[in-house]
Amino acid sequence: MTNESDSAPGRRFRLTPAAVRAAALQAALVGAVVLLAWSLIATARQNLADQHIASGFGFLQQTAGFDVSQSLIAYNRSDTYGRVFLVGLANTLLVSVLGVLFATVIGFAVGIARLSPSWVLARLAGAYVEITRNLPLLFQILFWYLLMIGVLPGPRQSLEGPFGLVLNNRGLILPQPVAGVGLEWVAVAAGAAVVAAAVVSRWARARQARTGRGFPAGRVSALLIVGVPLAVFLLLGQPLTLAPAELRGFNFIGGIRLVPEFVALVAGLALYTAGFIAEIVRAGIQAVDRGQSEAAASLGLRPGRTLQLVVIPQAMRVIVPPLTSQYLNVVKNSSLAMAVGFPDLVAVFAGTTLNQTGQAIEIIAMTMAVYLAISLLTALAMNLYNRRLAPVGR
Amino acid sequence: MHRLALVLALGIACCGAASSASAQATLKTVQARGHVLCGVSQGLPGFSAPNDKGQWSGLDVDFCRALAAAIFNDPAKVTFVPLSAKDRFTALQSGDIEVLARNSTWTLSRDTALGLDFPAITFYDGQGFMVRKSLKVSSALELTGASICTQTGTTTELNAADYFHAHNMTYEMVAFATNDEAIKTYDTGENGRCDAFTTDIAGLSAERLKLANPDDHVVLPEVISKEPLGPAVRHGDAQWADIVRWTHFAMITAEELGVSAATVDTMLKSPNPEVRRLLGTEGNAGEQLGLTKDWVVRIVKRVGNYGEVFERNVGKDSPLGIARGQNALWTKGGLQYAPPIR
Repeated sequence: MTNESDSAPGRRFRLTPAAVRAAALQAALVGAVVLLAWSLIATARQNLADQHIASGFGFLQQTAGFDVSQSLIAYNRSDTYGRVFLVGLANTLLVSVLGVLFATVIGFAVGIARLSPSWVLARLAGAYVEITRNLPLLFQILFWYLLMIGVLPGPRQSLEGPFGLVLNNRGLILPQPVAGVGLEWVAVAAGAAVVAAAVVSRWARARQARTGRGFPAGRVSALLIVGVPLAVFLLLGQPLTLAPAELRGFNFIGGIRLVPEFVALVAGLALYTAGFIAEIVRAGIQAVDRGQSEAAASLGLRPGRTLQLVVIPQAMRVIVPPLTSQYLNVVKNSSLAMAVGFPDLVAVFAGTTLNQTGQAIEIIAMTMAVYLAISLLTALAMNLYNRRLAPVGR
Repeated sequence: MHRLALVLALGIACCGAASSASAQATLKTVQARGHVLCGVSQGLPGFSAPNDKGQWSGLDVDFCRALAAAIFNDPAKVTFVPLSAKDRFTALQSGDIEVLARNSTWTLSRDTALGLDFPAITFYDGQGFMVRKSLKVSSALELTGASICTQTGTTTELNAADYFHAHNMTYEMVAFATNDEAIKTYDTGENGRCDAFTTDIAGLSAERLKLANPDDHVVLPEVISKEPLGPAVRHGDAQWADIVRWTHFAMITAEELGVSAATVDTMLKSPNPEVRRLLGTEGNAGEQLGLTKDWVVRIVKRVGNYGEVFERNVGKDSPLGIARGQNALWTKGGLQYAPPIR
């Protein structure tokens, strides 16, 4: 609908016949869409009423009455379906965030390794990409799940590691940290160390811009962030103990447990998506002109620094848009949780809750809205990041 | 743009027309189509499972065949739609099937808020637990802290939650989309992911047959719930609900009166007025339902009476070997009781 009046700011809108016709058509289109939506809703309401199917969102206040095996937030059977929704949402977000995180780390590592001058490393990375990308995701998740529950021993024959780590077919059990006196000072020290590291980095960058002399800010920051809280922790007499889980009856009581369903789902999502991300990273790096690396080399930069300072920053502009769509895929694919019995949003809300209440339209609408919102927010964040990467004219 | 507006207008017109179609007259729809759409499980031996020739068989399947026999005089005029526990009611509500014979429990909320009707109880069951013999557990009350595998979206999850909370026991429910995934997970590994598997007792007997070594597992004695299983139909078509209800009652009455697939032809000459009313040689019970007078003859000749169907699919003539128990006729101490056909 671009015409001259749009592109000439300040000029008044003229009531030409073409403009009137365009406005009328647009109004008619909006009206038709609204009418269609209204007619769909009215039809659905009428049909539900005819069949005596309850409708509305009142069910969210009813008691759920069933238990969920893994919940990030407190939940028991006397909580409401609304709470079940939050439990499922939290689990979906947890799996998605961890999946994205691991997929990114593994994907970048494999993508870079694939371009490595080492023949073995490059071939290994290539094999990884081919295997993970060409096998269905559901198959991979089930593979990890059946591997875990099939190969690992039962609770009574658990593999026990250091620090009270326990591994069996009920999951990986970590000891429960118990806070002692003075732990808050360790946290304060950690906070102070982070601030100090930020100050050092800023100063180092400013000095490099001013004088051209580098400073190992990364290493110093890492030393500060790890060292300072550790020193305080040791000075205060280690105010944090680990309470290992103990075997009682069928299973270990206490500790933090990562159930196999969760581990298999995150592993499957991360390893599968990493294969795609590796290809995106490889393509991004190869999109950067060879001359850039050669120029960097001629300045005396070592290959690692060249990759870090010259190639990757330019490659990111090519990498980010397809990376965004991979992140969205992780979120959507996390709904395969049902196959391994992990209680994500689709399993506990669009599954169990739907079946107990029968309110398909409301529940599916809410579930769709959640996935849409997560996807739009992810895309928004990645687009903002991409805009920051855009070349800045100096 | 003109074309788009036209398409939208057409869309609205067609939706408006579709919404005015009535929910009544399921029988007419079925007769016009020529076969019944029957929702069944995705494979529960004894109730509904495809055999090695790809034909469905089982107690629930035979109920649908009996319906088809009553309506068409041909038990083959059924299309079976395999449904997961979580999809079954939506499929019925939305009209994908006309009757759901899928070992579904009759509960108040399903009867009211889901817009369904449960016309009959074809199998009285209760929920139980199966464990490995090697665990040396003899009672469900010893299951504190156990991991339990089940299928999601059933009353099973609710009953287990009630039972464990009532007895102040902790447990971990690992719920899967389908029974197959749940039983496979229970059976994987030497000392599997789950200590116990839970579903209705008859279901336990059926699922046990799928295990690698069925003899290594035992069903615990506790029955923690009432599970009246039967066909479900959409609320709002009383005639169709009546046909489904009286198909079951006719099969029970046939067993009670000794009318079986073998004897039905000779029974047609019976002087017993009850038998005569059942078989349509007297009165017009079938026509009152919208069927033909000989509807019960069709059912019993093609499919059998309730006792025959029971023994063939889940009873002593089947691998499940479930005793009649609560499902015996009321005259033999059971709960299967049919109102008079007159």
